[in-house]
Amino acid sequence: MITALLTVIILAALAGVATVATRGAPREIALVDRIDALLPQTQCRRCTFEGCRPYAEAIAQGAADINQCPPGGERTAQALASLMGVAPKPVGKEYGVVPDYPAVAFIKEESCIGCTKCIQACPVDAIVGASRYMHTVIAADCTGCELCIPPCPVDCIVMQPAPAR
Amino acid sequence: MTTTELLTGGLRIEAHKRRSTKASVRAARLIERYVIPLDQHSGLPALPLVKPADRVRMFQPIAQPAPGISAWLHSPVSGEVLAIEPRPAPHRLGAPTMSIVIANDGRDERFDNAAAVVSFEQISPAEACEHIARGGIVGLGGAAFPTANKLESSLCENGPQLLLNGAECEPYISCDEMLMRERADDIVFGARALLHALCAPNCTIAIEDDVPEAQTALRLAIEKAADARIRIKVVPAIYPAGGERQLIATVFGVEVPHDGFPADIGVVCQNVGTAAAIARWIRDGQPLVSRIVTVTGDGVSEAGNWETRIGTPFSSLIADSGGYTERMSRLIMGGSMMGTSLPHDDLPVVKATNCIIAASALDLQPRGPEMPCIRCGNCSQACPAFLLPQQLHWYLQPFDSEQLSRHGLLDCIECGCCDYVCPSQIPLAERFREAKPLLARELDAHLTADAARARFHSRNERLARLEAEHRAKLAEKRRPKGEPSST
Repeated sequence: MITALLTVIILAALAGVATVATRGAPREIALVDRIDALLPQTQCRRCTFEGCRPYAEAIAQGAADINQCPPGGERTAQALASLMGVAPKPVGKEYGVVPDYPAVAFIKEESCIGCTKCIQACPVDAIVGASRYMHTVIAADCTGCELCIPPCPVDCIVMQPAPAR
Repeated sequence: MTTTELLTGGLRIEAHKRRSTKASVRAARLIERYVIPLDQHSGLPALPLVKPADRVRMFQPIAQPAPGISAWLHSPVSGEVLAIEPRPAPHRLGAPTMSIVIANDGRDERFDNAAAVVSFEQISPAEACEHIARGGIVGLGGAAFPTANKLESSLCENGPQLLLNGAECEPYISCDEMLMRERADDIVFGARALLHALCAPNCTIAIEDDVPEAQTALRLAIEKAADARIRIKVVPAIYPAGGERQLIATVFGVEVPHDGFPADIGVVCQNVGTAAAIARWIRDGQPLVSRIVTVTGDGVSEAGNWETRIGTPFSSLIADSGGYTERMSRLIMGGSMMGTSLPHDDLPVVKATNCIIAASALDLQPRGPEMPCIRCGNCSQACPAFLLPQQLHWYLQPFDSEQLSRHGLLDCIECGCCDYVCPSQIPLAERFREAKPLLARELDAHLTADAARARFHSRNERLARLEAEHRAKLAEKRRPKGEPSST
């Protein structure tokens, strides 16, 4: 009787140990990384922060709301709300319009004077060119942030629908 | 090697082929206008070589392949090009797509392509591939993938195994069976041309166990050709044994990696119809301008197989088959399991049209109202792609892209076995077919976001480094002479 009981207890203890061992140390992903993973990485600064990562840090610290990302649109706002455990709300109008379709910048090359201003403005290194040489946007790498448009002195950059992949 | 060890799942479905295999293959009636869609093959649309009011002759090239994956198109008749304009197409579910419209003058004047007839043994394998491309040959099993592109993807030095797919597992389609019965010589000739083009050591023709006449005809043809490299492999008639991946698993006992292609494991799979089309091109100089189409179902008076020129409207084939019956309810291109419903019959036969089903309620029982999933697991036992349809269904609502991709939604072959067995009448395959492009797009968006994040990060690091270097230089300049540097 006692042996049986002992066996059961020992087995139970072993099972417990095994469970804990397989689970191991909880691999907690930092909140800021989880927020950053939900953001579209457009790096457009429409949220008023210097990029997606700084915005994620601000949300994690409670310094920013979850509805400040127009490129992410409704889906990102929803996902952020459920991650942060707050009520979902639409993207704030003051941060800009949610785009209908993904767009990329395009340089009208016949007008480009080679000033490099757009290259310096691009947050994701998606524009190639050199001083006094024509520049061009690598469409596959462009996030459509529009940050290159204001610095252009000859207004030769336009937004176009993103090419199909 | 035993069969079916690796063919898990699948169904034994009652075949409905008998009614369309009673009569031999007949030639479909000729009509006044042929409509040739430019995008009827996989890949990029072909580029027209003719313009309206041009005279064309039968077998004349009318469109050339775009760079990349694409195919040649040829005129099925002699006559005049009427227009190049958007016309409704069956592979676009009836939506318009750019097509060349040709008026038939009924004279069938042949384009002089004597150069097309070659003795394939005399040319190099690469030239043979190029030559096959010029015949407008595409896969006739249903996907219409340009054959030359498929052959090129397999390097000659590896000496891949050639597999000819004669396992026509869809319950209604019989065009390949009729082809094997009546044109076995063409298939064997095509197989030998393909063996040469691929430098393949041998060829396996897979054929189902329920078509004895076709087996006999093929065996005779192989005997006649006296080619020891070609053998026949009989596979059980289980749906979807004729799916490319399923057939390779059944015949060779090797699974194609889920993210790879048959070429990765040294197999090239072609439909028997494709081999026969290659034979007609290389031996007779006749490019792919016609194919055998099964017209069947309870909704037509007389089911049968028709040698049909590409561009013939479905309505003309239906008329050849004695017209619709009163019970006709749905028009389907392809099989009853994987075919697509079409809105009307004023659509042209394309290279991928293997079958037209005029279905009545007897053929396709109308689906009952959908009920909740009871998690019986029948679907996962039926799935030939080793997936768990009940779990995929669970993660569709709401759309959980992470779990869907972990559970392999993109590996679904859309065979329809899961909804065939579902006791709750859930249209699973239809849901998966809709969800697959959404998931693919989402996964792609994740990848581009990750790449953008990495570039943003490395740019910030670079700017910080440049800034630090700049400051260090400034400090060096301002330091009075003789004083040691702080570092």
